[in-house]
Amino acid sequence: MATVSLKNLVKKYGSLEVVHAINLDVADREFVALVGPSGCGKSTTLRMIAGLEAISGGHIHIGDREVNNLPPRQRNISMVFQSYALYPHMTVAENMGFSLKIAGKSQDEIASAVADAAKTLGLEELLERRPSQLSGGQRQRVAMGRAIVRHPDVFLFDEPLSNLDAKLRMQMRTEIKKLHAKVQSTVIYVTHDQVEAMTLADRIVIMRDGHIEQVGPPEEVFRRPATRFVAGFIGSPTMNLHNALVSDGRLVFSNGDTLPLPGQFRDRVTAGQKVIFGLRPDDLYPTGHGIHSGEAAEVHAVEVPVSLTEPLGNETLVFAEFAGQDWISRMLNPKTLRAGDRINLSFDLSQSHLFDAKTEQSLRG
Amino acid sequence: MRGWKPAPHVLLLLPAFVVLAAVVVVPLLLSLYSSFTPFRLTRPETIYTFIGFRNYLRLFADQEFWVAFGRTVLLLTIALNLEMVLGLFLALLVEKATRGQRLLRTIMMFPMMFSPILVGFQFKFMFNDNIGLVNNALQSLGLTDRAIPWLIDSHLAFTSILIAEIWSSTSVFAIFILAGLMAMPKEPLEAAKVDGCTPLQSFRYVTWPFIMPFAYIAMTIRSLDIARAYDIVKIMTDGGPAKRTEILWTLISRTAYSDARMGLANAMAYVAIFLSILFTILFFRQLAKARQQIGAEW
Ligand SMILES: Nc1ncnc2c1ncn2[C@@H]1O[C@H](COP(=O)(O)OP(=O)(O)OP(=O)(O)O)[C@@H](O)[C@H]1O
Ligand SMILES: [Mg+2]
Repeated sequence: MATVSLKNLVKKYGSLEVVHAINLDVADREFVALVGPSGCGKSTTLRMIAGLEAISGGHIHIGDREVNNLPPRQRNISMVFQSYALYPHMTVAENMGFSLKIAGKSQDEIASAVADAAKTLGLEELLERRPSQLSGGQRQRVAMGRAIVRHPDVFLFDEPLSNLDAKLRMQMRTEIKKLHAKVQSTVIYVTHDQVEAMTLADRIVIMRDGHIEQVGPPEEVFRRPATRFVAGFIGSPTMNLHNALVSDGRLVFSNGDTLPLPGQFRDRVTAGQKVIFGLRPDDLYPTGHGIHSGEAAEVHAVEVPVSLTEPLGNETLVFAEFAGQDWISRMLNPKTLRAGDRINLSFDLSQSHLFDAKTEQSLRG
Repeated sequence: MRGWKPAPHVLLLLPAFVVLAAVVVVPLLLSLYSSFTPFRLTRPETIYTFIGFRNYLRLFADQEFWVAFGRTVLLLTIALNLEMVLGLFLALLVEKATRGQRLLRTIMMFPMMFSPILVGFQFKFMFNDNIGLVNNALQSLGLTDRAIPWLIDSHLAFTSILIAEIWSSTSVFAIFILAGLMAMPKEPLEAAKVDGCTPLQSFRYVTWPFIMPFAYIAMTIRSLDIARAYDIVKIMTDGGPAKRTEILWTLISRTAYSDARMGLANAMAYVAIFLSILFTILFFRQLAKARQQIGAEW
């Protein structure tokens, strides 16, 4: 049993409150990713769970124990730090076996546990090296090895891949996924890379300024963002989000351009309401160069000028001007476009999002 | 000298070499040479009599010299160990202070700012058997009813000197160790906490290996200091009474100036320097090992 539950968890530094009474329940063996912009309180939350940071209010339970006042060593957790935090004076093997040594395990037990972990992580050749003789990726794997030898109740990761280059990061992402399938522990994983969160997590927790904005499976936070912030944070390139006014069954943008009000929202808005219209670049494409969502056809085409293109090889991001602003659209099977060219842009309105301009909450049911 | 044109870099370095030779090499060679003569200050012409290793042979049979030598090593060993422990303690305390740390660091340096002569006088006064603070305090507290002869009894006098030494120089250790503590990355300590360490285990397995090189630097410096110790002892007991606290350099200066046997004194000095070199090598070895262990990049 290794559930983790946070109840009204608060963290204050002096009079500055950085985590505001958050609630979260993590199921046994669940992989939960904490994402959010820099400074939103992800690390602080993780460190409170680890016991490295005193909590200023609320409760933390691991399993059925309240751990509020327990030191880290009594919480049966492992943590992988962003900077790896390896012991510089110990060899790789000693680093990985250290927690077992402290726990008073026998030499043989330690050796076999370390050998197991080394095999899982492909570190067999490096066991006698010191951290200063390892590459970044190797250090990262040692840090993971140190975490897994103990079979803890809960793994805590604080941006473990952020110091690696893109290719290695992708490789390690796969490794972590395999590892989780194998060791089957509860994982709380902090990252500000949303791709990591989407690919690894069972559920994603999106934080902002010390609050939790939304909790849900990757698919859900992507397809049904609860707030404007989540909509803008999840997904790459970011969702097109523009202010509009509801009027007469249409959305009127600041310069007077209009779009039809998407059918799904027709009963949820009132005339004169200020809203934010959102559409992902995937659902906005030069006509004939996108994939239709297949849902109740509600494609609206407008002729607009191109202002900029970013060719990516298999696709091109086209920035086109509509309603006085640039909108990002995704062109599959790209053809060459130049700034100033006029194109026909398809808006797949069945995939659009609408948020109240004041509360920034989704207007979806 | 026509045709001799030294390269510019030689020319530029020449003044430095000349100065170095004049102030370091020549006096050194001169004193080394005089240790092979029966040179007495009262009879200057004796410096021209070469007697080979006779001074050194004499020394090796001289019990007084070896007692002073042994006492110096003893003083060094005890002082270094106690200073190490106290300095470590002090550094850990100061590092914990969240407020006023700068002030504490400055206060910690105070003893180092006093001249050893002054320290000697201070402690001579404090340990004075009649008017000294220590006896006064002990007697007023009723811990003893007679005057303790601090600077007269040989063990007590040695202890008094030890205390003066330690008081004046514990901060050397404290400062180096504090520097180590402040330079230490904090994450391994947190990792140790998560890995199950008690605070004591964290110190033993993580903090201590990291500050060890810093402690060795302090040890090197202090071992040289004590191997050359002179002022405090000179003031407090002058090696007495009856040579009960004689250490190497009080003996050397007495031999050189009171007895005016400069040649013999220089021979002693060279043996003493040998002791210093030995300790330096020893601690530098340890330092190199400790540094390599923590993968230090300095
Ligand atoms: N020791 C501290 N004293 C005061 N404020 C702090 C302290 N540590 C963190 N904070 C503040 O708490 C907030 C949350 O910090 P935290 O490190 O949890 O952010 P984060 O979400 O992990 O960001 P990042 O993605 O950059 O790592 C920040 O605004 C930070 O300035
Ligand atoms: Mg962080």
